[in-house]
Order: sequence, then C-alpha cells, then structure tokens
Amino acid sequence: MSTPHVLLGLLAGGPRHGYELKRAHDERMPRAKPLAFGQVYATLGRLERDGLVEQAEKDQDGGPERVAYALTSRGRVALDEWLHTVETPAPYVVSALFNKVVVALLAADADRARSYLADQRAAHMARLRELTAAKTAPGASVGDVVAADFAIAHLDADLRWLQATLLRVADLYREVHA
Amino acid sequence: MTPILRGSALTRSYGPTLALRGVDVELSPGEILAVTGPSGCGKSTLLHCLSGILTPDSGAVHYRDADLTTRSEADRSKLRRTEFGVLFQYGQLVPELTAAENVALPLLLAGTGRRAAREAATSWLDRFGVADCADQRPGTMSGGQQQRCAVARALVTEPAVLFADEPTGSLDTVTGETVLTEIVRTARERGMAVLLVTHDARVAGYADRELVLLDGAADPSGLGIGIGS
Repeated sequence: MSTPHVLLGLLAGGPRHGYELKRAHDERMPRAKPLAFGQVYATLGRLERDGLVEQAEKDQDGGPERVAYALTSRGRVALDEWLHTVETPAPYVVSALFNKVVVALLAADADRARSYLADQRAAHMARLRELTAAKTAPGASVGDVVAADFAIAHLDADLRWLQATLLRVADLYREVHA
Repeated sequence: MTPILRGSALTRSYGPTLALRGVDVELSPGEILAVTGPSGCGKSTLLHCLSGILTPDSGAVHYRDADLTTRSEADRSKLRRTEFGVLFQYGQLVPELTAAENVALPLLLAGTGRRAAREAATSWLDRFGVADCADQRPGTMSGGQQQRCAVARALVTEPAVLFADEPTGSLDTVTGETVLTEIVRTARERGMAVLLVTHDARVAGYADRELVLLDGAADPSGLGIGIGS
C-alpha cells in the first residue's frame, strides 16, 4: 500500500489538516478508491508515531479542534527513498478473474468457465466504454485522462487474457482433472 | 430512432470460403458501432458490403429507403462520394497531390467549386492538426500526418455514414486517440453514423455498442463460446 507515502508527498508542499489531505488526495488521484477520513487520521497517527510527520499547529475557530500536520526531516527522507525505489513488477498473479476460471474448472466444467469468461468480457467492455467516454468528455483534466488511461490499459490486458484463456479452457480442464 | 443503414441476413463468400453467414446489423444517425472479432471473422467484408464496395451474395443493405444491392455500381459509387465516407488503415492518399488537394478531391468530384473545396479542405486539415502539411505531398509527411489527412478527406463531404476499417491501426496510441476523439466529436455534432471495424478493445471503447463477429456470424458472447473445445 502506498497511502502513507502519498500522504507524505501531499505534505511536501507545507502543513495541511487531515481534511485538506483527503481533498487533495481525491483531486490528484481521480478514480483511486476514495480515501476515508478515518483512514487519513489513522495513517497520520502512525506516521506521527514513527516520527515522519509532526503536529504543526492547532486552531479551533469556535469549532472542533483541527490539527495541521507537517513533514519532518525523517519523513522527507522516507518519501525520497520511496520515490527512488522501483516497485517489483507484478511478483504474483493476484486476480479474482484468474482464480475464478481455475475454480470453475475444478468445481464445475469447461462450459462454466467459458460462460464466466463471456460475462466478464461484457462487463469489462462496458467499463472500458465508460472510461473512454469520461476521458474524452470536454473539460476532462489531464489527471482524469492519465487515471482513465491506467484503468483502460489494465482492462485491455484483462480482455486479451480472457480471449486467450478461452482458447485454453479445454486443455486446462484436462490438466486440472488429470 | 429509425436506422439510417441496415444490413439484413447478409451472406458473402470468396470462392469456397463463406466470409459472412447471415449477419444483421443496424446503425442509427449519430451512433458509433464497433465491429470486432478475430482476424478473418468477416469484419472487413461486412464493411465492404454495407458501404456498397462489395455486393453480398444474398441479403439486403438499406441506406435510408434504398436497397443498395439493387443499385448499379455507378449509383453506389456516387453514394460513396456524397453520402458515405470511407477510411482504411493506411490512408491511401494520392501521392501526386498535396494534402490539401487530396482532402479537396471528394468535394471537387461532387461538383464543389475549386475555391470552396480548398477552403473546406484547409479547415478540416486544421481540425486534425495538420494544416501545416497542406502544401506537402504524402511522401514528405509522417505516417501519422498522412492518416490524419485521410481522416480529413473521409469527413470533408460531411458524410451521413463513416466506414472506418482499423482507422488508427497505423498510428501511435496518442495520435490514434486524437483521431478517434475527433471522429466521435464529428459523429455527435453532425449526427454522423460510424461503423468502426477494429480488433482492438481500446478502439472499440469509443463506440456506443459492439457487434462481435466469429466465423462470419454474430457472436453474442463476444468470445466464441463453443469454439476451441
């Protein structure tokens, strides 16, 4: 998970309150799973415990107390290290799609797997059309386009896998039942 | 909405090979239909039959109220010059003509005056970001520039239906997206129907819906269920 480092990155420009971090996250990471406020505060708590952020100021303005957090020098080092670290390229196959095809063959038969593949393809194509419409809509920001591109490229990869797997379902069935 | 183009029970063979086996397809004004499927599934044959380039062995192709299959080649050819735009993977520009002359050509053939044709050509080249190439011959332009000229040429007559066969197949991703976005914008603004043949899901994503062909017939599953077992 990269949420702690994303928060460190959002604090690189100066201290921010939790709710500002949540807003900045959702603005800069369109189409990411929205960050819950609770998750922001829990993550800030851990970052503070580890000395990567610190409380910068408190204001009350008549309402509930609000705390602004700032990056510490250790936090800046941690952020820098993260940015310089290459992510391990997909070390495991983590996909419910893949699991479902194998389990369909184990628990049922090749037709069950095929009908799942067809349904999944239709759902993927519908989502791909939605994302394409969103990124080509007038007024789409570059951030929207880049986020949609990421999602579209991954759906496209899944679609190609679905197509190729369909041709291999019968062989895979024989293998798992050998 | 009443379809502007309708193909019914279309069949077509090449020698012993049955390329289309009873395909039904409808296209409404402003609608974008992707025709997808593996190589050799009949996508391009369907496009050729619907655009009147080929005559189907059986079945009918209605454009508005006219059945193209009963029209002469001259009539169909006129329709392709005036009502249809046709676009292929490689633009097939005339090498001896400049970009602007290539784009103006369909208008000149349809009887538009030279000056008006030139002005329309320049405006379409500008829309596709290749106005700078107006006086260049295709041989001195990049593949992407040539293809954008070809799209301008296909749209300059403001066709009611655009037939596009892998229109971005020769382009890099970003240039391809620019071209597809412009085609979609034109379709929405002018009510132009588009038949978009592609094997690429990302291109099909620009369409409103999809017709998947497999072995010359519609495959509602999209995956050829029952094949390959």
